[in-house]
Amino acid sequence: MFEGWDAVVLARAQFAFTMSFHIVFPAFSIGLASYLAVLEALWLATKREVYINLFNYWLKIFAVAFGMGVVSGIVMSYQFGTNWSSFADKTGPVIGPMMAYEVLTAFFLEAGFLGVMLFGLERVGPRLHFVATLMVAIGTLISAFWILSANSWMQTPTGYAVNADGQFVAADWLKVIFNPSFPYRLVHMVLAAYLTTSLVVGGVGAWHLLRDQHLAGPRVMFSMAMWMATLVAPIQILAGDQHGLNTLEHQPAKVMAMEGHFQSHKDGAPLILFGWPDQREAKVKYAIEVPKLSSLILKHSLDAPLAGLDTVPRENWPPVPITFWAFRIMVGLGFLILGLGLLSLLMRWRGMMYQSPLLHRFAVLMGPAGFIAVLAGWITTETGRQPFTVYGLLRTTDSASPLAAPAVGSSLIAFIIVYFAVFTAGVIYILRLMAQPPHPGEQGPTKDLPARAAGITPAAGAAVEGAR
Amino acid sequence: MSIPIDLPTIWAFIIAFAVFVYVVMDGFDLGLGILFPLFPQKADRDVIMNTVAPVWDGNETWLVLGGGGMMAAFPLAYAVLMPALYTPMIAMLLGLVFRGVAFEFRWRTQKARNKWDLAFAGGSLVATLAQGIALGAILQGIHVEGRHYAGGWWDWLTAFSVLTGIALVIGYALLGATWLVMKTEGELRERAYHLTWVLLVAMLCAIGAVSIATPFLAVQYTQRWFAWPNIILTAPVPIAVAAVTALLLRALGNKNDHQPFFLTLALFGLSYAGLGISMYPYIVPQSITIWQAASPANSQIFMLFGVSILVPLILGYTAWAYWVFRGKVRPGHGYH
Repeated sequence: MFEGWDAVVLARAQFAFTMSFHIVFPAFSIGLASYLAVLEALWLATKREVYINLFNYWLKIFAVAFGMGVVSGIVMSYQFGTNWSSFADKTGPVIGPMMAYEVLTAFFLEAGFLGVMLFGLERVGPRLHFVATLMVAIGTLISAFWILSANSWMQTPTGYAVNADGQFVAADWLKVIFNPSFPYRLVHMVLAAYLTTSLVVGGVGAWHLLRDQHLAGPRVMFSMAMWMATLVAPIQILAGDQHGLNTLEHQPAKVMAMEGHFQSHKDGAPLILFGWPDQREAKVKYAIEVPKLSSLILKHSLDAPLAGLDTVPRENWPPVPITFWAFRIMVGLGFLILGLGLLSLLMRWRGMMYQSPLLHRFAVLMGPAGFIAVLAGWITTETGRQPFTVYGLLRTTDSASPLAAPAVGSSLIAFIIVYFAVFTAGVIYILRLMAQPPHPGEQGPTKDLPARAAGITPAAGAAVEGAR
Repeated sequence: MSIPIDLPTIWAFIIAFAVFVYVVMDGFDLGLGILFPLFPQKADRDVIMNTVAPVWDGNETWLVLGGGGMMAAFPLAYAVLMPALYTPMIAMLLGLVFRGVAFEFRWRTQKARNKWDLAFAGGSLVATLAQGIALGAILQGIHVEGRHYAGGWWDWLTAFSVLTGIALVIGYALLGATWLVMKTEGELRERAYHLTWVLLVAMLCAIGAVSIATPFLAVQYTQRWFAWPNIILTAPVPIAVAAVTALLLRALGNKNDHQPFFLTLALFGLSYAGLGISMYPYIVPQSITIWQAASPANSQIFMLFGVSILVPLILGYTAWAYWVFRGKVRPGHGYH
């Protein structure tokens, strides 16, 4: 099997597949870890029981999601070597230290305090436990910092030199880490993670409010989530716009693909809303467009000239249809999220926050929207920087391992089978946890099953009661 | 053989340290998975899982440091070894997926619990076997041309690599058994004691077999171990193995709950030192030295700052986490 297949195409398929599965878990756990820290802080500050109930409720879900993020993440860290060994050899001196710092500053922090966060409330007391929660939340953000810095360097490499062996080496570490696209990508991704989590939390809250409007837990989580969506969605759209302008400066071909601009426009480029980009014929078929709007958005002037892919050598074109459509899915969902935020604001103002089935149904429907938007966004940026792994410097075809197609094909099939089996089960378990509303006296992962409820020492239990 | 003190050597020791910490820490986690089929009772399995549930994730992180650190400090070695070990590496990663999710998943379902118990046991066994095979495949040598692996995708599979694979399964199982001796009580501990005896004998046989087979792989290994004056430095290793074994037997005889685990760690340390003696200064045996594979100095220095500050910190809070969950784990008193 796989004789005659292109090993590089198979390796790309495997990376895209394993990466797409992986990214949804960190996107969720970055936001959820911060949300858990906020809930625990509110509990410590107010002693209101509803906060600790919500904390324990979401902690169980966090435990399952985090585990899946960890195991799918280890796969990613080793795939650079197994499948992209030329890339690893050439970029290791630059990318490697950033990933090593991610492990040292983030992964160990998360993993070291995760056990205490999940199982240690009775053993260490509420205050030290809060420190553990905080460390896990901070760890997820530090992790985002390093991995997005590494990714951004691949998109907009600066601060490097090339040595005699053809390796990229750092000439200036600050310029490597704080490369031009990094600040934009970091803000855009962390906000995306927060929005994704708020949509999930809001969707779960709304789901239970549709059944019973008086449940305290769902009311609190729904309200918190909708505040988050209302406030962050407009900021995210602004951040995305700035990220796009940064991309136009450093990776113009990616923006051309996102916009579907095969041709250059001398006096004002149209905004193509929809259409079918045909890469071979180099034009967008069935295009519905608004004249000059693209120039207005990208250059802030109706008549500004805008270059198209006709200025780029054809062998350096990214796959336009994927980039074009993934971008539209992301932007479309972004505006729907904004719409949900505004509707919730209206209902809040009218005092209908917990009594509006329309709002609740909309929120349930939007529950998974963040995941889809995150995936679409990553597909946009990663497809749009093709055919390079290090933009303009190292081609994807020159990055792969010297492996035969049958080897990569077999592992790809193994990943597909295992990931679908394992992560489908995980998602079902998470949905099952979500299907139950948070109960008064909700228990964390420590003692959620009756058979294991006997193990709390009286003293520690009393300490927790006292803290309430 | 004299060892210079330069950046590549320091980094070789750092990576070796990370991999060793991984081997002993995830070693007992994986060992518990390997021993799982021998403890069919649900109550026993709950206790076994709960002895490591709060710490397994941290243990596994050392694997990421070993891999990530190698890419950063010795990118050429990482780029040559990983494709050469493609199949065992992918098998290990998939095994770790099953093993890792089982920690949470098995508590999320009642009826299908056995399915995730099987995932835990099977995943642990596959991951361990793959790691042991990878070790053997590295020792027996890898076909390198220029800066690339130049062999096929089944080159790793030989009698020797299968031997090291089985040896590691035995070793991790022994670590797991002594961990259970330390962390459990009653009938479960008694059975762990019994297993420790059996596995210790098997482990000594495995150490012996690998030690005898290694010199036959390459003349360099023979010279390293037996040529004068090296033998002055290498002879203490087998002597120390014998001494640790004697202490271990005495601890088992005295029913000391803590010593067997730490003495097994010492056995691992000695075997690991033996590997280091065989390989140094090569990172890909007989083809790439640590100096040839090393990153430029500014990459290694940049990371050295982080490592010298952060690793002591990491060891500190990891020790704290172990301290929080210290003591024996009793049925029904789990963290889950």
